[in-house]
Amino acid sequence: MVSYAVRRILQSIPILFVVLTLVFLIARVLPGDPAVAALGDYASKDAVNALRERMGLNVPLWMQYVRFLADLCRGNLGTSMITHYPVAAQIQKALPYSLELTFSAIGFGFLIGIPLGIPAAVRRNSFVDYFNRVFSLMGLSVPAFYLGILLMLLFSIQLKWFPVVGGGELSNLSSNLRHLFLPALSLGLIMTAYVTRMTRSSLLNSLREDYIRTAHAKGLTARVVLFKHALRNALIPIVALGGVYAVVLIGSSVMTEIVFSRPGLGSLMVGAIKQRDYTTLQSVMVFYAVIVAVLNLMTDLVYELIDPRIQYR
Amino acid sequence: MAAGLSPRQQMWAAFTRNRTAVAGGVIAVLLVRVAVGAPWISPHDPLEQDPGTRLAERTAQHWLGTDDFGRDVFSRIIWGSRVSLVIGGASVVLGMVLGTAMGMIAGYYGGKPESTIMRATDVMMCFPDLILAIAVTAALGASLINLILTIGIVLTPRFARLAHGVLLAIRRNEYVLAARTAGAGGPRILFRHILPNITGDLLVAGSLWVGESIRLEANLAFIGLGVQPPTPTWGNMTRDGIEVLINAPWIAVYSGLSILVAILAFNMLGDGIRDVTDPKLRGA
Repeated sequence: MVSYAVRRILQSIPILFVVLTLVFLIARVLPGDPAVAALGDYASKDAVNALRERMGLNVPLWMQYVRFLADLCRGNLGTSMITHYPVAAQIQKALPYSLELTFSAIGFGFLIGIPLGIPAAVRRNSFVDYFNRVFSLMGLSVPAFYLGILLMLLFSIQLKWFPVVGGGELSNLSSNLRHLFLPALSLGLIMTAYVTRMTRSSLLNSLREDYIRTAHAKGLTARVVLFKHALRNALIPIVALGGVYAVVLIGSSVMTEIVFSRPGLGSLMVGAIKQRDYTTLQSVMVFYAVIVAVLNLMTDLVYELIDPRIQYR
Repeated sequence: MAAGLSPRQQMWAAFTRNRTAVAGGVIAVLLVRVAVGAPWISPHDPLEQDPGTRLAERTAQHWLGTDDFGRDVFSRIIWGSRVSLVIGGASVVLGMVLGTAMGMIAGYYGGKPESTIMRATDVMMCFPDLILAIAVTAALGASLINLILTIGIVLTPRFARLAHGVLLAIRRNEYVLAARTAGAGGPRILFRHILPNITGDLLVAGSLWVGESIRLEANLAFIGLGVQPPTPTWGNMTRDGIEVLINAPWIAVYSGLSILVAILAFNMLGDGIRDVTDPKLRGA
């Protein structure tokens, strides 16, 4: 199992490599000269050239690429072109806000989504089934930022139960949770919609299998058949697709962070684009690639754990 | 009676039995008509500013109120549908064309082309759609054409995977072998024989991803990477609406609602089409 994990990690390195190269190229392709953007349109040519020299932009592209990789290996993510703070520090400050949000949303999605999907599959065409289908459809169709806006309107503005914007103090638990609740809820509801739809359809498929009929014929109670057999097998695609949806959720989390002005990676990235801060943008995108790779790896590992058919030697 | 109907008629009958799908289809058609008829339907000029009636809530003149510049929200929403639907439709078509071509080539020829193309799609799908879209838009710039390109590019790997999978399944079929025996070359086989047989699956997939495309466009516009103001887009309007959310919530609420309705309609429609054509569900 450990050897499988190691092998998977090694396998993701080449893909990560290609992704890094892509990020590097995209950042270089962005229109506008970052030195000019930093100094303004009326700066003298010498000043612009001096800044380009300092930014390392005057060397050929391949040399910039090598430096980029070397820096990454050393953990040097560069300095923000706008604020002149090291990017690594900015990311360090922003990361906890994003991780909190994403993981609570994913957790919420599975914790609520699976129990919601089970009765829908067991009792077809009941009220629960109907509710499940409507809920999933809505959750899949609502834009992440709109749900955030609606929740904000109701709970923060009208009812004043939660703060409107911001991330709160991480160290202060109460402040942290109060600022986390609505964003996590809005993302969580969307994840729930994905998971519950998947649970329902997967369990439906599982219940149709012959071995379920055998289990009933053997005289096992309905509850045992459901939980010990059908659900166990249904969980496999739920986990597999859950991992895919979690990756999608990371994209939506950017929108949620913007709506609630939460100072996470998403806000950092969008701010970097607006200000043409290529160093920050580049490093944030690298980080996202790493997070996605980690999520995929975790999905694979859980998948391997729960699917007895897979034997990794 | 049912025995006498052709497969196509049977599919239509099954489709019309599904009320959700029909509702989705009706709304979708309505949206298209609104978008096409915008110049005639819209009560006001969407760009016309009226500083005297800024941030007014529902009035006789302005059914959904006005925004920060005194522009009529209702008219802007009507015109906004044009941007969303054009980008939504065109990008799916682009993604379908590019992706299918890539997938077919990968699936048919195999070997090096196959592994390069499929690796490329793997890399592209490494990123969440939105983040990829943000990156590409940032590189290309934000305009109508560029947005179509961007979202089309984001959707391409999905179609490529789909086409590749289908090709793998059918490349050993008899009509392919027959065509090859008759001397037909690769491209001819792909275009004249294989393509007509997979358009059905492609269209089903396409209909499911129109909603996704509209969502991406709205997200990009909300960040500020969409079609630039003063052109009204639903995402733009929601973004402006957020600034005045406390005083004038209707702007964000209605523009966001339009996005929701559009995505919902195409999702319902797409689900219905898929349910009707998915062989696994027939007889379930």
